[in-house]
Amino acid sequence: MGFSFQRFRAATIARSIEFLRDRSALAWNLMFPVLMVVGFAAIFSGPGQPVFKVAVVASAEPSPAMHPFLGTPHVQFYREPELEAAKRKVARHRVDLLLDFSGEKPRYWTNPESPKGELVEKLLLGSGGVAPEKQQATGKPIRYVDWAVPGILGVNLMFSCLWGVGYVIVRYRKSGHLKRLNATPLRALEFVSAQIVSRLALVMTTTTMMFVGCNLFMHFPMEGSYIDLFILTLIGSLSLTSMGLLVAARVGSEEISGGLLNVISSPMMILSGAFFSLDGSPRWVQALAEIFPLTHMLSAARSIMLDGTRLIDLGYPLLVLVGTTVVCMSFGSLLFKWTQD
Amino acid sequence: MPVLLEARDLVKHYPKVKAVDGVSFDVAQGICFGLLGPNGAGKSTTIEMLEGLSKPTGGQVLFRGAPLGADYRDHIGIQFQTTALQDFLTVRENLNFFGALYPSHRSMDEIIERCNLGDFLDRDTRKLSGGQRQRALLGIALINDPELLFLDEPTTGLDPQARRNFWELIGDIKRAGKTLLLTTHYMEEAYALCDEIGIMDHGHLIARGTPKALLAQHFDEKVLELPSSLLAGREWSFPVHHSEAGAEIRTRSVNSVLGELLGAGVDLTQLHQRPPSLDDLFLELTGKDERS
Repeated sequence: MGFSFQRFRAATIARSIEFLRDRSALAWNLMFPVLMVVGFAAIFSGPGQPVFKVAVVASAEPSPAMHPFLGTPHVQFYREPELEAAKRKVARHRVDLLLDFSGEKPRYWTNPESPKGELVEKLLLGSGGVAPEKQQATGKPIRYVDWAVPGILGVNLMFSCLWGVGYVIVRYRKSGHLKRLNATPLRALEFVSAQIVSRLALVMTTTTMMFVGCNLFMHFPMEGSYIDLFILTLIGSLSLTSMGLLVAARVGSEEISGGLLNVISSPMMILSGAFFSLDGSPRWVQALAEIFPLTHMLSAARSIMLDGTRLIDLGYPLLVLVGTTVVCMSFGSLLFKWTQD
Repeated sequence: MPVLLEARDLVKHYPKVKAVDGVSFDVAQGICFGLLGPNGAGKSTTIEMLEGLSKPTGGQVLFRGAPLGADYRDHIGIQFQTTALQDFLTVRENLNFFGALYPSHRSMDEIIERCNLGDFLDRDTRKLSGGQRQRALLGIALINDPELLFLDEPTTGLDPQARRNFWELIGDIKRAGKTLLLTTHYMEEAYALCDEIGIMDHGHLIARGTPKALLAQHFDEKVLELPSSLLAGREWSFPVHHSEAGAEIRTRSVNSVLGELLGAGVDLTQLHQRPPSLDDLFLELTGKDERS
């Protein structure tokens, strides 16, 4: 018995109708990113942030012996290996100021769009010692919100993909709905594909709507191709949905699946660079972040939107996303069970 | 009538438990076969193997004389005791959904009429009463026009009216020539609907036959029922079984029992005489201890 498009289509439509009629879930999917955008914009765009982050390009670890400014309290200094990469981070609001000690005379860069950059510049200039030379930032400066919005939409998409498949399939299994479907000619591959396609369609639609809606008010920069961004988001969503499928493959309890999904989604939300940069954080934290598909999806999305990178040049993040999809989908399909026992 | 379904030496082992231990029987085409047994007897496990949802540890299930093939599910319909349908879908949408899962299906109008679904066809399935829900589930089980219909305790939890209505539906399906395999805890239901029954206990099939033949085989007695208080505290020449419902006397010689009772001055105005029932047979064969 081969794959039946008729059965796959029926299961896809049934799941999609269920989601669209579940008004609370639909509303939450639309409301969540709006609340996140408003909340984070209020928190991070306002004045008086107590902590500044300064990247330092130097031959040794930053210390006050190098320059008195490096002893300033409430400022995080960390060493950056590459000057050009560090300049991009200034432009992307990932650091507030860049200080370069690699040449004969110290130099510094700030983002003219960053109020934090302006403040930390004053601290630098008032700290004494050799006055560093201000350098002209190149390229179009971006706002914090330009950097943050892909992260917010990405986190919303992650929750929707993981829970929309991972939690729902377990609920179906517990309630006996999967057992009933198993009594029909519907095959596991058809059912699983239907869940994934239905979720992808809904997630892509809501994310696109949110993106367009936010863009109307905030006017994000878009240096790259919208088609590239769409394809990247689709591949990223597929990888996250397949992770949800793997969680749901055998679990028979919503409590267990909820716990597992939290174990996956919470560190992913914090460490994937959705809301703040991990630059300067311990190496093991940055290594851990590399495991998560969301990290790669967001860095690639920002690269397309802010740097104009083409999809074809994003080989590594795409490889990670496709690899995650293949591994999770394969194990999820192999381990999939219709019933709890 | 030709045999439609055959269980041959079915065995199912779980870790530490032998749930089914060498069960064999066949179901002829066009009959209603009832599989009865106390909780834990192995009937659900047997049914799941017959439905093709669980693989036997040993033995074989044959459909039309051949092992179950990939298309077996096209030929059967199943109504589980507990089934959740797709949330937020109406009865009509659920019928359409399940219909689309089969290569061909019966017309919706026919299903709606046969199962009396018209009054709640466009209602969300979460808002159905117990009887409506069972009728909708029966409609779904019939959607592919199955040759063999499995009904797993279909009337559990229904009120007497809903149960009687459901029996009528099952009667219609029987008259349409379908083969049914029914499990139930209601002996009255089994007696009313089943042409043949099998009784399971401890993983074995311990009795099989038509209800009348089994009763005749195990009982050649009449049952006399009286209030316990009338018989208590005296010695009788016949065995008396006391229960919460009253006292029961099983005897082949009704006249001699009545004579002894009259001689002892027992008031017989509350005496009832009845033939043994399937309940009696079930308890006789499986014992009176409650199972978990």
